[in-house]
Amino acid sequence: MGALSDLLGGFTTALTPINLLYALIGVIVGTAVGVLPGIGPAMTVALLLPLTYGLDPTGAFIMFAGIYYGGMYGGSTTSILLNTPGESASVITAIEGNRMARSGRAAQALATAAIGSFVAGAIATALLALAAPKIVDVALSIGSQDHFAIIVLAFVATTTVLGASRIRGLASLGLGLTVGLVGIDHTTGEQRLTFGIPQLADGIDVVVVAVGLFAVGEALWVASHLRRSPLEMIPVGQPWMSREDWRRSVGPWLRGTALGFPFGAIPAGGAEIPTFLSYVTEKKLSRKPEEFGHGAIEGVAGPEAANNASAAGTLMPMLALGLPTTATAAVMLAAFQQYGIQPGPLLLKREPDLVWGLIASLFIGNALLLALNLPLAPAWAKLLRLPRPYLYAGILAFASLGAYSVNGSTIDLLILFALGCLGLMMRRYGLPMVPAIIGVILGPRADQELRRALQISDGDLSGLVNTPFSMTVYGLVLLLIIWPLLRRVLRPTGGSNESDP
Amino acid sequence: MTERTAGETPGKTAGSTGTNRLQGRSELGVALFLGGLSAVVLIDAAHLHSELAQRGPVGPKTTPLLVGALLAVVAVLLAVDVVRGGRGSAETGEDIDLERPSDWPTVLLLAGSFLTNVALIERAGWPISGALMFWGSAFALGSRHLVRDPLLALALSLATFYAFDRGLGLGLPAGILEGILP
Repeated sequence: MGALSDLLGGFTTALTPINLLYALIGVIVGTAVGVLPGIGPAMTVALLLPLTYGLDPTGAFIMFAGIYYGGMYGGSTTSILLNTPGESASVITAIEGNRMARSGRAAQALATAAIGSFVAGAIATALLALAAPKIVDVALSIGSQDHFAIIVLAFVATTTVLGASRIRGLASLGLGLTVGLVGIDHTTGEQRLTFGIPQLADGIDVVVVAVGLFAVGEALWVASHLRRSPLEMIPVGQPWMSREDWRRSVGPWLRGTALGFPFGAIPAGGAEIPTFLSYVTEKKLSRKPEEFGHGAIEGVAGPEAANNASAAGTLMPMLALGLPTTATAAVMLAAFQQYGIQPGPLLLKREPDLVWGLIASLFIGNALLLALNLPLAPAWAKLLRLPRPYLYAGILAFASLGAYSVNGSTIDLLILFALGCLGLMMRRYGLPMVPAIIGVILGPRADQELRRALQISDGDLSGLVNTPFSMTVYGLVLLLIIWPLLRRVLRPTGGSNESDP
Repeated sequence: MTERTAGETPGKTAGSTGTNRLQGRSELGVALFLGGLSAVVLIDAAHLHSELAQRGPVGPKTTPLLVGALLAVVAVLLAVDVVRGGRGSAETGEDIDLERPSDWPTVLLLAGSFLTNVALIERAGWPISGALMFWGSAFALGSRHLVRDPLLALALSLATFYAFDRGLGLGLPAGILEGILP
């Protein structure tokens, strides 16, 4: 009955030699691709999706767990050794980590990031294993109107909390919802936005959307502003830490985990806020706050742990509710759907072996990562020297073969190109990616739940808000919407001390 | 959690000055695009006519109408924001140099390489079309090794063909090399 025995069962699934091999391949390939500049975790997962096509679902997800953690860790290596972060969640790591690296402490920065990721990943995965069954119980007892409310919350949270501009977040959401509309309506068989093209009737595959927006869009965007002078890269040896470094890292790791996991688990997801909060917290608690901004080890340890814990946290709504809150989780959800598996409350009941196997392999991937990355860091660093023309040409090649092999159709390649152009426009004008991808995935579900809820209430709109659960969720939505106004009222000075750039 | 909070995240501020110079009022084009898309969605929704097949009071039209309305509202809001001087900040990254002006020839060459593959993949097969795309893309991005680039391109397309088609059974077309490749 208990989560512990289920988890042990998961380990027996994951610890077979062949599954261990899949996990190992996933970790190595995931880290190698994640290290490459310009490739964030979401793109790593999307590009490596074809690797798992030939496997059975359990093996595929075990490899996926490795790719997921590997891609995350690879990204932080890049941000420490090059000054510019590949994704918003590693902005903080990039700042402090790169300063440390510049002052000759690259090895310690990489070590505290690697060990901190491991600690945070282990604790957060344990929390996931404990909490997921409880969330599932709640999820099973709620109705369509409640599901719809949660999806609305995810929409509002991703557009208002993340990114610099709410209007641009909403624009991005609208684009995603539009792409999600394409295809045959499941209830009536009516074709929406297909323009008579038969290949569009099944809708646009989420993998194609993710690869188009992330990989092709990124390649086109880089082409328009390619940095011609090579970035300065800091040479690195074997990562290690002194006793003093350990003493200064342990607290930030634990506090970072405590901040990261809950932020990941709520639909307001993303690691930007917890990493930032962790940085501020460590700066306040530090006995040497003057070191911050010049390479304080706490400023790498805390945010990096927060980043990894929040990544594990995002798996909770993803597995328990089928609700992705970050781009990476959205791509993983797409991967599940490739196998005809719909994550959500019923998944844990129907296929417990698969879910617990996945959770167990998160532990295994995490441990493998630590064992591999400490010795292999210098080798990963060499990947940063890959000539950029080959890097982006390779990204396009993998994007094309991945998208083509989804349905074996060149129409998908044309859609991929169109979405790549959309991705280029979005990057150029500061439209965030996450709301779009969330819109594509959750739009059709929102449509379905809305109609189901209104069918039950016979068209009465109050049927959408007639449970305590949905009312609470809409309360949160309202709070998110009026939050900036509220802040202005509460702090008539306009919060001057905080808003100084 | 609004404009301010994101702006204060250290490291993001650096790009903003370069960005403003980069884009003038061209961002109005984005608003126009959203407006156009809104029209397409709304017109398409208007042509749905399945009240008979519909179950429950809400039909297939509702969501497209909501999405179309959202797009229209956002288009107007964005246009107002841009006219008032608001600018989206362009995305930064390891290989992005926002101080440089947009390099459209490179983008077009890269897009051309991509579309070459689309045109040829089912005729010539992935080993050839993929290699052409890789070579073309590398050339577009400034690589000028006349021997190494094509050899690398061919090696990559053949390696992926064997790994993904023959190995994992993904079904990449062999094209004119069908029967020639083992």
